[in-house]
Amino acid sequence: MKIIFTAKGENWNSPMDARFGRMEMLVIYDEENDTLEMVSNEGIEEMEHGAGLQTAKKVMELKPDVIITGNGAGQKALDLLKRTTVKMYIGAGDMTLEEAYSAYKNSQLKTQF
Amino acid sequence: MREVVIISGKGGTGKTSLAASFAYLEGSNALVSDCDVDAANMHLLLDANFRSKEDFFSGDLAVIDEDICINCGKCDEVCRFDAIDVIDDQHRVDFISCEGCWYCSRVCPTEAISMVKQKAGDLFVSDIKNGSKMVHAKLGFAAENSGKLVAKVKQEAKILALKEDKAFVITDGSPGIGCPVISSLSGANLVVLVTEATVSGLHDLKRVHKLVKTFSYESVCIINKYDLNEEMSQKIEIFLEKEGIKLVAKLPYDDTFTKALALAQPIVEYSSDGELSTLVKESWEKIKTIIEENDK
Amino acid sequence: MKITIASGKGGTGKTTISTNLVSYLSTLKQSVVLADLDVEEPNSALFLRGDLEKEQVSYKMIPKWEEADCTFCGECADVCNFNAIVALSDEIIVYPELCHSCYACSELCPTDSLPMTSERIGEIKAFTSDGFSFIEGRLDLGQEMAVPLIAQTIDYVDENFKNHIKIFDAPPGTSCPVIEASRGSDYVILVTESTPFGLNDLKLAVETMRVLNQKFGVIINRYGIGDNGVETYCADENIEIITKVKNDREVAKLYSKGELIYPKIGHFRDSLDEIVTFIGGLKCEK
Repeated sequence: MKIIFTAKGENWNSPMDARFGRMEMLVIYDEENDTLEMVSNEGIEEMEHGAGLQTAKKVMELKPDVIITGNGAGQKALDLLKRTTVKMYIGAGDMTLEEAYSAYKNSQLKTQF
Repeated sequence: MREVVIISGKGGTGKTSLAASFAYLEGSNALVSDCDVDAANMHLLLDANFRSKEDFFSGDLAVIDEDICINCGKCDEVCRFDAIDVIDDQHRVDFISCEGCWYCSRVCPTEAISMVKQKAGDLFVSDIKNGSKMVHAKLGFAAENSGKLVAKVKQEAKILALKEDKAFVITDGSPGIGCPVISSLSGANLVVLVTEATVSGLHDLKRVHKLVKTFSYESVCIINKYDLNEEMSQKIEIFLEKEGIKLVAKLPYDDTFTKALALAQPIVEYSSDGELSTLVKESWEKIKTIIEENDK
Repeated sequence: MKITIASGKGGTGKTTISTNLVSYLSTLKQSVVLADLDVEEPNSALFLRGDLEKEQVSYKMIPKWEEADCTFCGECADVCNFNAIVALSDEIIVYPELCHSCYACSELCPTDSLPMTSERIGEIKAFTSDGFSFIEGRLDLGQEMAVPLIAQTIDYVDENFKNHIKIFDAPPGTSCPVIEASRGSDYVILVTESTPFGLNDLKLAVETMRVLNQKFGVIINRYGIGDNGVETYCADENIEIITKVKNDREVAKLYSKGELIYPKIGHFRDSLDEIVTFIGGLKCEK
């Protein structure tokens, strides 16, 4: 399983970013190989409109199985993501990556779709 | 740290007065952010001192370098916004009409057109009444509020709140249902919908609630001026019940609202033990209780 | 004669003034038309009952992807400065609500795979009521670009009501939609309240009008409850105060039910008279 966290830092102790479209960075956890990788979302704060769409595109290109985030994505980004088989889990905005992962593993997170 | 965002679909419902009252009640426990950038007013009620200022840029404007321009007219040909004028045989950009789409600069054969970021306004951090701080912004001419600006205001507020270990961030949200309001809602632990008992009040409440629901934020509602039209107020209550939105308070039409405004004071400062103030205080206590219960 | 009624923020009573004014003008045997340009939230029709006379769909131009010759080079998404195009490896998706109709993607596409087509953004409705007409532009839900529809609604009114007094009810704020609703008018009336909020928003609106080189004056609504900040400001800045509308709970009550005010409230009608006289003066100047 390949899991993407919307994050404000690149290790397990980093806080999650509650936002999807304007997240600071994506952190990808590869469960099989137990590796953590960071992809920056730089430039997003410069976008006046349509930030969610551009982030969604970036996420799609990484082909994750699961996204863990805080608030969830807006309607446009959501529709775009729904073209793939990715599952979106929300409600982890106030956690660290580690806490978010264990909440997901223990089925404590809601799905947005 | 918990974030409370106060929104209303339309203007004039008393949203800012209530948000400022909550901020005043919470005092130094709460950091305040004003995301209603189009009509930024909260700083008046909280006596903000504009302590630090940062330029804010947004949108692009085409600028023609007249030394390089050969006046071929290609820019004028492609511009769909009628933003290229020829004055004294020289092509010039009308800054009001320019949409910042970059098309002209992409087709200019001599690369005479550059796109410059426009200053859209200023971002402020201020000290406010009751010992706290607020983050707010002022837009310049023809500048539009955007998700980007609101995200910036919220981000600054959040960083400050974490640094100063505040219990709450209280946000006066953006109007409408577009990008800015989505941005102002981000990270909300609770959304407070303020509406009024008028024909347009219910209509706008429905619109904005639909948006809040998309993001699965928990929301509660305050009906202002409920006694102006009790039939309408009942209709609103039926809607709230159907949607599972808790009704925090019904506030009467009360001149205290405007009288407090006139003195640039939050309601609870102006008449700390009046009927309206008591109701506003109870509302804030209820909101806090709801947040605490959700945390469990 | 074109008059735009605007205000820095929502909720100042702009719509109350404009709906009552147009109805009142018609009782004085003036040919008058009201256009509601608050296209995201037109609500004049809540206060004015009329019969639908004409309906016209409003369009804007957007690119439409044609797969056949597309090489998925991504140029379209790169040149779009509004993030309205997402170029995937096997599909180009256009987001009409973000598109500003600049044509760059369409005309710069190397394979002409994004021809411009018209897309519905809303509608313009014309109503007739007792002795006057009112027009509303209404954006479809989910559409975010107000300016093109505002421009089209103004054009519609200009074409169909050549010799009328035209009252435009502008959207709130001071950004592009208000500028579009104001820049072609002979005069702009700014509605404000006599509170620090009202003053703050009025100042922003005045700055905007001055950059536009637009003639304007002020109506103070809910007069008597606040302070005299607005009056002092107007005096200092040499801005004409057209009328002061008294604060009155009965006005708010009638508004909440969607009723016209002037037939029932004398002082409100007196204020309208002052506005009418003022407009008469503008006509003479012309």
